[in-house]
Order: sequence, then structure tokens, then C-alpha cells
Amino acid sequence: MTEKDALFQLLLRLGDDHLILGHRVSEWCGNAPMLEEDLAMPNMALDMIGQARAIYQYAAEVEGAGKTEDDYAYLREEREFRNCLLVERPNEDFAHTMLRQLYFAAFMRPYWEAMAESADEILRGIAGKAVKEVAYHIRHAGEWVIRMGDGTEESGARMRVAIETLHPYAMELFETDEVTDTLAAAGIAPDPATMRAPWDAVIGEVFGEASLEVPVKVIPASGGRTGFHLEALGHILSEMQYLQRANPGATW
Amino acid sequence: MVEVLDLDQAKAWRAAAAVPDPEVPCVTVADLGILRSVEIVDGVAVAKVTPTYNGCPAVLAIELAVEAALRDAGFEARIERVIAPAWTTDWITDEGREKLRAYGIAPPVGAAGKGSLFTQPEVPCPKCGSTGTTRVSEFGSTACKAHYKCDACAEPFDYFKCI
Repeated sequence: MTEKDALFQLLLRLGDDHLILGHRVSEWCGNAPMLEEDLAMPNMALDMIGQARAIYQYAAEVEGAGKTEDDYAYLREEREFRNCLLVERPNEDFAHTMLRQLYFAAFMRPYWEAMAESADEILRGIAGKAVKEVAYHIRHAGEWVIRMGDGTEESGARMRVAIETLHPYAMELFETDEVTDTLAAAGIAPDPATMRAPWDAVIGEVFGEASLEVPVKVIPASGGRTGFHLEALGHILSEMQYLQRANPGATW
Repeated sequence: MVEVLDLDQAKAWRAAAAVPDPEVPCVTVADLGILRSVEIVDGVAVAKVTPTYNGCPAVLAIELAVEAALRDAGFEARIERVIAPAWTTDWITDEGREKLRAYGIAPPVGAAGKGSLFTQPEVPCPKCGSTGTTRVSEFGSTACKAHYKCDACAEPFDYFKCI
């Protein structure tokens, strides 16, 4: 695998992670339990979709096939998406949504921090901005996980269900393969496995305050990086891509 | 010739720097540090603009407004978007901070840094100056602001987040 091929694959993974999670979080717009959250959710969705745009723009440049960010977002099939399964998981309730955000942000913060030292100038630039934004996402999600975990009997029970459901999906974030190995060796992108220790530290701190337990035995669930997705992604794409599919070439 | 060039450049900077931010119109793009530079390159005024947040929906509006201001001042204009180095609230000028406060928005407190997981800054109320304030929401009316209220004078206000 050439460095260029690996870089393009990584950009699709990162872009898809942020686009799909951004779309998921945006589904709370108008549905959040209180006005403050109704502002917070679209704010974070905008951060992630903005990050996805910057990543896709660079992907288009690397691929060199004359594509735009819209081609990647709106005109690819389900099996061509490379996001991890965690980000496509349904919102379910606020416990699931906030735990999913904490899991993802706790991975992305050390990842962007390491990426800010990349040999690739454009990745350094994207990382330098994103790392500031993701710090807010961790704090926001972390506070909710504590509030719900250490809240009422009902909210605590919901958090425990969310942990049992989502923890296996978080493991995919740390997976390595030829793409990550090639880029790590070239100093272009960090090895995702090295994010495990800082991730464990954040989750441990938050769960400790939230009276929640970190699962000991976990059977990892993965497949997204090679295009094998849950049923959920098809539903997201049918909604997200509807306009471009129904009106090919439509522009603002 | 060099002097003429400098004058043009100064004129172009003044025109671009006077553009107000579309979401916080009390400050200009120069006050916020969004406008990084304006240079005359081969007769074209090239303005470098950096977004505050990756997903800031105002970026395009700002770029169009800067371009229009340069054209109105008689320049052929081009906008370049730069993302590195990343924008930081440290680039907001002292004058910009004062304008924000007078407008009722608390300016960012301290210098941008990493901070620990759950630390919160002490944000003085822009109306009465009391530091007895409570954060209502981490996310306010725009991506760059959080929502606070003053416990002393009951003023609800936006806080320009420090990043």
C-alpha cells in the first residue's frame, strides 16, 4: 500500500466518522430535552460537519479525481463508507447519545493532539483547530454522563444499558491495519492503538465520578473500516442523500 | 514606487479591517483577529481570513463581505482561507475585548490553554463586573459563545469562549 493510498483511506475514515456522527447529533435539533441542549447539540454537530468538510476537501485533493466534498458525502453507497460503527449507532435516549459522544471525543482529543505533530501540513492545520473544539465535546458529554450515572435510579439504569450496548463498539476506534501502520511509520498520522491509555484515563475518571463501572469483559464489534455496517447507516444515508439522489447535481 | 505600494496596502487593510463580524456586529473582523493580512499581489488585494470554528456558518458571509469591502475601495480582490495556525481567542485585540464588554458579551478570560477536564474560568459579568456568575450552558447562541447568568445583578449574558 502506497502512502498516498493509505492517506486517502484514512481521510475517508476520519471524514465519515465526523460526518455521520455530526448527522446523528443534528437529529436532536428541535428534539432535545431543554433549550440549552437544543443549542448545544447543533453546535457540536456543526463542529463535526465542519471538520468533515475540511477532511473531505483534502481527500478530494489527494484522490485527484476531480471530486468535491459533496461527492463523498452524498454520492457514495453504504459499503463505500468507512466510518466506525459507534458513530452510526442510533441516538436511542440521552444516555446513549452522551455516552457515544464521550467515547468518540475521548478518542479524538489525544488523536488530534498527536496529529498536530504530523509530517503533513494540512492534517496539522485541521488537527490544530479540531483539538480545541473536541475539548468542549468531552466536557459537555462527560458532565452529562456524570449527571445521569450518579442521578436517579432511572437515569443510572439507562446509563448502564448504554454502556453495555456501546462499549463493544468503542473498541473499533483503536484498531490498526495496513492503513494506520503505513501512516504511523511515515509520521503522517498517529497509531490509533496508542490512544487507548489516554482514553481509559478519561473514561475511568468520568465513570468514577458517575458511580458507573467500566466493563471488564468486552467482545469488540467492528467492520466499519472495511465497509461492513449496521442496518442503521442505510437509514442515515437514505435521509442524508435524498436530495442529491432525487435531484442529481442540485446546488445551493 | 515602494511608498505607493505601501499606501495601497494600508488603504486595502483599512477597508477590509472595517468589516463588522456578521454574528457579533459590535466588533470588526480585525478586532477578532479573523482577518490575518491584506497584501497587494500583482495588483490584486489578497486578504487572508481564518475561521474561528471549523463549522462556523458565518465564514462564507465574512469572506464575501471582506471581498465586497475591498472592491468598494477600488481594489481587485481575492480571499484566501487559512486554517493553520488555528485561530485563538488570544488574537482578539484589547480594543475588541473592550467593545465586546460594552456590547454585553463577556470577553474570553485568560490565555488559551489546554486546561484540565472539568475546569471552568471565573467570568465577570459584563454589566456589573461581579465574578459571582453561573454557567447556564456550555453552548450559546453561536459556536464561539457560552451562556451565563450573573448571580449579583441577574443579567443573562453571552461569554466568548476561550479557545
